[in-house]
Amino acid sequence: MSGPDPLSVLAADAAALRASSRKQRTPPPPPENEPQLYEKRRGVYPQKVQGPFRRFKWLVMFVTLGIYYITPWIRWDRGPYAPDQAVLVDLAHRRFYMFGIEIWPHEFYFVAGMLIMAGIGLFLVTSAVGRAWCGYSCPQTVWTDLFQHVDRLIDGDRNAQIRLANGPWTAEKIAKRAIKWTIYLVISFWTGGAWIMYFADAPTLTRDFWAGDAAPVAYATVAILTATTFTLGGFMREQVCIYMCPWPRIQTAMLDEKSLIVTYKDWRGEPRGSVKKAAKDPGAFGDCIDCNQCVAVCPTGIDIREGPQIGCITCALCIDACDRVMGEIGRPRGLIDYATLDDCKREAAGETPRPAWKTLLRPRTIVYFLAWCGIGLGLLFLLGARTRTDISVAPDRNPPFMLLSDGSVRNAYTIKLRNMESRPRDMAITIDGVRGAMMWTDEMDRADAARSLTLTVPADATQPLRLYVVAPRDTPAQAITFAVRSLDERGERDSGETRFEAPEVNP
Amino acid sequence: MANDKLASGSRLDEATGTQTVGHEWDGIEELDTPMPRWWLWAFYATIVWGIAYVIAYPAWPMIDRATEGVLGWSSRGQLATEIAEQDKARAATVAALADMPIEKLPDDPALMRAAVAGGRAAFKVNCVQCHGAGAAGSIGYPNLNDDDWLWGGNLKEIEYTIIHGTRQPGGKDTHTSLMPAFGRDQMLTDGQISAVADHVLSLSGRAKPNATGAQIFADNCAACHGADGKGDRQFGAPNLADAIWLYGGSKAQVVQQISNARLGVMPAWGGRLDPVTIKMLAAYVHSLGGGEAFAATAAAPGETAAAQAGAVPQEAGDVRP
Ligand code: SF4
Ligand code: SF4
Repeated sequence: MSGPDPLSVLAADAAALRASSRKQRTPPPPPENEPQLYEKRRGVYPQKVQGPFRRFKWLVMFVTLGIYYITPWIRWDRGPYAPDQAVLVDLAHRRFYMFGIEIWPHEFYFVAGMLIMAGIGLFLVTSAVGRAWCGYSCPQTVWTDLFQHVDRLIDGDRNAQIRLANGPWTAEKIAKRAIKWTIYLVISFWTGGAWIMYFADAPTLTRDFWAGDAAPVAYATVAILTATTFTLGGFMREQVCIYMCPWPRIQTAMLDEKSLIVTYKDWRGEPRGSVKKAAKDPGAFGDCIDCNQCVAVCPTGIDIREGPQIGCITCALCIDACDRVMGEIGRPRGLIDYATLDDCKREAAGETPRPAWKTLLRPRTIVYFLAWCGIGLGLLFLLGARTRTDISVAPDRNPPFMLLSDGSVRNAYTIKLRNMESRPRDMAITIDGVRGAMMWTDEMDRADAARSLTLTVPADATQPLRLYVVAPRDTPAQAITFAVRSLDERGERDSGETRFEAPEVNP
Repeated sequence: MANDKLASGSRLDEATGTQTVGHEWDGIEELDTPMPRWWLWAFYATIVWGIAYVIAYPAWPMIDRATEGVLGWSSRGQLATEIAEQDKARAATVAALADMPIEKLPDDPALMRAAVAGGRAAFKVNCVQCHGAGAAGSIGYPNLNDDDWLWGGNLKEIEYTIIHGTRQPGGKDTHTSLMPAFGRDQMLTDGQISAVADHVLSLSGRAKPNATGAQIFADNCAACHGADGKGDRQFGAPNLADAIWLYGGSKAQVVQQISNARLGVMPAWGGRLDPVTIKMLAAYVHSLGGGEAFAATAAAPGETAAAQAGAVPQEAGDVRP
């Protein structure tokens, strides 16, 4: 990247803005400069707001919460040998089901690939539209938003909430708090309860849960998630974003001067002055009428006019608030707006900002996008090409071979046949190499030994097999291959190579 | 905190309104941003937790042991509980094994598998010292994986051998037999021994036939090893016509055995292990690849063959194609 370091740009802008605004806002420091070691939390009581971004937030909230609560209840028929839950993480049997896809532990690279895609997707989104994740779809944001709606429902809007919080503990306050916290608790419990549904058959688990028959870990998980949702969503809220979450720190490194962020256009807003003052003295004041609406609606309780800052999750609610105000007083919208730092500079210098597509389509986002697509296509290819038949062979090492009374040499192998289809399948296993070698399993009689055996592997299972291979007297040590073929229309093949050991000299 | 505790360079940062810590590194200063108060409470909570933990669990090292903790937990106690739980979980299998005559064991594959697993564990403790970890034996100690048995290789015979051992002084049921030391006791001359050794090796094609040796064999050895050298399990007399040699198959080793006859011994485990463990050991040894079905031993020791005659059809039915 060329040009000035984006961090220093951010910092310098922020510092300049803060310096200008702090003078009126910050109370003077204590006379003796006594440092405060611990800071009491300032309550945040965001005001209700309406606008396109708020509507978008509603939409995202419904979709994400809907997906979270409903997904485990979707059914998906997989036949009699596999669970019929569409999305299921079956830890006990080590299977991961997602609609038509079933993943075995050795195919975990699919999950790893999806996680990498999620990571790169986050980079892509952040470099293009800034902290969109934080602003709209992070669970902390969604649940905090939900709980703040509960606040408004029970306590009223911002002013009523502040009054109640600062007021004495009257009967009314106690009642309201009790109701509110009960609702918090119900939502939290429902959240924890939905989580465990991903790990077992949802209807059965629900029945067992209420009957007291579910596994202890189910109750513990629900209890922990209820507690975390209750405290993090109900009380910690923006403290999580500001102090606990690593993501804002990572963002700082990922944003550049070409990323969209929520910015206050100080060149247009400053100096601030009320409509009355502006009417008296036209030309002396900027567009910001200092109505503090942007601060009132902010869910993290910050003032965006101080500049881009770590506390801003770019939820864009202040844009909605400010746009309404501008509309009411008949000034153009966008005093607070999604913009890049580059554009801000351009606009401030009187140039036209670059078109949005140029902001979105630039080498950095394109590289992220291509990497993301590349991994996605790779995973799809692997998904199409993977076979559902697998063999692994482990030779016995102690003893490595066995001389039988007729002088023939016997080796023993532990074979694992994997049938990853949800139906039992016949498979043929055949010896490749080692002349005259015959095999039998420990469930068979040696008299029935053959070079090829057919057996039925149960549905969705690994069949361990103890195999004896006997070769005629004087057979030298050499490589041996066990080939497996599924005896169905798929005719899948796999093979495992290992050694056939024999005495060095056969006297 | 009082003012005098501030570092000397501390100043109020213009942009943020926060005090700096007072140090400066190449022009970079650090803000003394206050911690959120809940963090402080979280810190106090960990202290309380720590104290509670020290009271509840073993914690302080003393001279010869640690403080015990009011919950009375110990890792040794936990292990004991877990072992007791395992024993309880196994109790049903153990009881079933105790009631099941070993001849019937192959009819119950699940129980058989459990027995083999248990036997594998018991083998590692009791048997590996002589027979080796893979049960492959060594010179003088029979290999248990192959299809050559000194005293019989069906479940019943293996169990008998484990219970009574071989050549146990004073044991009346123990397997006993004696091979004379033909050289040491000067029953045969060196030349004769060499000849009979050649004959023995010729039985499995390892040497040219030796007429003198054959005659000596017929006179001295056939009584136990059989006229054709195929051995006799009644005496634990090894089969001399196969590829497996208990004391080695080179001419020197065969001469050595004829001259100085070594006789293997095995403890009688009946007095040391419980019947269920012995059954499990028998099942394990039988499962190693050379175990014989009851039918195959019909020609072996007279009285056992007769006793098992009734079981033959049933066993034959169990042999899977
Ligand atoms: S800062 Fe962290 S917790 Fe807050 S919205 Fe962003 S990702 Fe979520
Ligand atoms: S400053 Fe605006 S965009 Fe940032 S968190 Fe507050 S309301 Fe949302």
